[in-house]
Amino acid sequence: MLFKIAFRNILRNRRRSLMTGSAVAVGAMAMLVFGGYITYIFAAFETGLVQRIGHLTVFRSGYFVFGAGNPAGYGIDDYQDVMRVIAADPVLRPMIRVITPTQSLLGIAGNFSGGNNAAKTFLGTGVIPSNQQRMRQWDEYGVAPPEVPGPRLSDDAPQRGLIGGGMARILGLCQELKLENCPTPPPSRDATPAAPVDQNLTALAQSELGSGDVKNATMPQLDLLSATANGAPNVVTLEVAGVAVQGVKELDDNYVAMPLQLAQQLVYGRGEHKATGIVLQLVRSEDLRAARARLQTLIAQRHLDLEVRDFAELTPFYVQVVRLFSAIFLFITLIMGVIVLFAVVNTMTMNVMERTNEIGTIRAMGVRRNGIRLQFVTEGWMLGAIAATVGVILAFIVEAVINHAGLTWLPPGNASSVPFRLATPAEHPPLLIGTWLALVLLATVAALLPANRAARLPVVDALRHV
Amino acid sequence: MSEAAAPVVRLQHVVKTYHAGAVDVAAIRDISLDIPAHRFSMIVGPSGSGKTTLLNLIGCIDAATSGRIEVCGEDVGRLPDNALADFRARNIGFIFQAFSLVPVLSAYENIEYPLLLVGMPAAERRRRTLAMLDAVGLAAQARQRPNELSGGQKQRVAIARALVKQPTIVLADEPTANLDSTTGAAIIAMMHRMQAEQQTTFIFSTHDQQLISHSEETFAIRDGMLLAHDVPAAATTGAFA
Repeated sequence: MLFKIAFRNILRNRRRSLMTGSAVAVGAMAMLVFGGYITYIFAAFETGLVQRIGHLTVFRSGYFVFGAGNPAGYGIDDYQDVMRVIAADPVLRPMIRVITPTQSLLGIAGNFSGGNNAAKTFLGTGVIPSNQQRMRQWDEYGVAPPEVPGPRLSDDAPQRGLIGGGMARILGLCQELKLENCPTPPPSRDATPAAPVDQNLTALAQSELGSGDVKNATMPQLDLLSATANGAPNVVTLEVAGVAVQGVKELDDNYVAMPLQLAQQLVYGRGEHKATGIVLQLVRSEDLRAARARLQTLIAQRHLDLEVRDFAELTPFYVQVVRLFSAIFLFITLIMGVIVLFAVVNTMTMNVMERTNEIGTIRAMGVRRNGIRLQFVTEGWMLGAIAATVGVILAFIVEAVINHAGLTWLPPGNASSVPFRLATPAEHPPLLIGTWLALVLLATVAALLPANRAARLPVVDALRHV
Repeated sequence: MSEAAAPVVRLQHVVKTYHAGAVDVAAIRDISLDIPAHRFSMIVGPSGSGKTTLLNLIGCIDAATSGRIEVCGEDVGRLPDNALADFRARNIGFIFQAFSLVPVLSAYENIEYPLLLVGMPAAERRRRTLAMLDAVGLAAQARQRPNELSGGQKQRVAIARALVKQPTIVLADEPTANLDSTTGAAIIAMMHRMQAEQQTTFIFSTHDQQLISHSEETFAIRDGMLLAHDVPAAATTGAFA
């Protein structure tokens, strides 16, 4: 009877219930659609990062703070032994999808072929191409954009690398790489000082490569100059297979990717080859904390001079984006909550006023104060539940429409647009359940105030009410 | 009807004062009376005399400022709020001038409602509700909501709702005031019949002469004071029984 009366009273004031229910439903829909939007953004952003830099990276202690200025000085000794230990660990083994070394380096890249005379600093990274390719296939959330065909690094081409779009432009490689929207740099106003660099670099490159190296005549080449770990200058030649456009201009202007072997050759010369990082890509992101803890235990047990950093630490921008969107979501949630609260309080207060005589009647018949309270709270709860359910259905519809509209967007840090879609409520059950429960709870709490007022009414006063 | 019926309601020096701002308004001034069981008793008097206040005190929906009120042998002034609600649910039925049916419930559900409050099993509830609908001649209107019923039909539902739990006392506040004389007469006759069948004590607050003419025990009040207590000859001879 309690539910029957509650449901019929909701239908009794259809227009009022509709208005209040609309506020709750729109609130639920807004929270779920926006929640779906940021869930997708977080997932897409995380996927992009994990594909590029993995979940965890093991560095030599101090690299994270000081290593950017001197990557060569922070190489991990016997990194292959360390990798073997990690890969063989029974706790970590089932969590790890890819484990691969990387080498960061700084230097100067020069293009002196075909009459060019351009040089600039570069920020390089050496990877194992096949491992990098495997990392790119990580897609735990099913949000990775389809792979765009293009030049890739290859294990079989140790001299072949990729450079940023800005780097190609600055070094005058646009025509050779057949790049669109890539202007040729104007002639240098001060070309005279470059000649010695040209001669020096070429001489160094020739001495490093020796006479046996055969260059690929179809690809443009860059001479990469860097200081070895010992401080001596070193040069290698990089065949530029293509451009990997980076989303951040500063990186795009300085980016050079190459096989690990070439990077190690440049940084360590004929000395012991090290790596600046050991990248771990996990099967599932939720294992990140456990994997990190286990890594730290292993490092401590073996007294290794290493530290572990996760992808969020290595990408402060990711953390900033997550915080920004979380704050916006919280703000929207608060606004919706206040609207729902006031709407339900207003509706239930009007219901109590209109039904004062009815309250007096059933109190006279023997209904306790708590019975009255329960009646109105049930109405608030039921109104909230029905409206929140409608809101969930609306959210499904809106998200289905958007996901089938063929929209695209440019994620932060990305160089090209990717399909825009929202995570449907079914894809993020905690948000779905949390939103529904929060709104129903809010409607129930909002009904409590008028319900208490109704319960406290003196019976005779309620009966006299017209 | 027995002349020596035991009192079902006993008021001793009952005073009820309302506070209207700084002013105290005495609605009931030191009334003592006994209302016998199984009778058709009337509290009569002009508007503002305190009839409804007295009925509210007897019905345990208002508390006396001072004095003692016994209903069904229970000193109701000592009962806490929940116990009073339970007491009303078990012992007292109400019939209101404006019918006061729950608008979202059908005639059947309105009559069934008091039985839910006393925790009666579903089968027994159904049996009693259907019997009561039949008794007030509304079996065909069982599914209709109050807004689909006439004034007379609404009051029949209200009477059925008051009587379905077979209470010791039925309190009726001006039950015929909103009805035309023909319908009022029919309602009075029906209440009389059902009072006789169920041996329930009916206590009315009224100034309807048509209703007063059926009184077995009359308490006349004015300005909150009991002016007269009259037992018509018809009542003592059992003419109404």
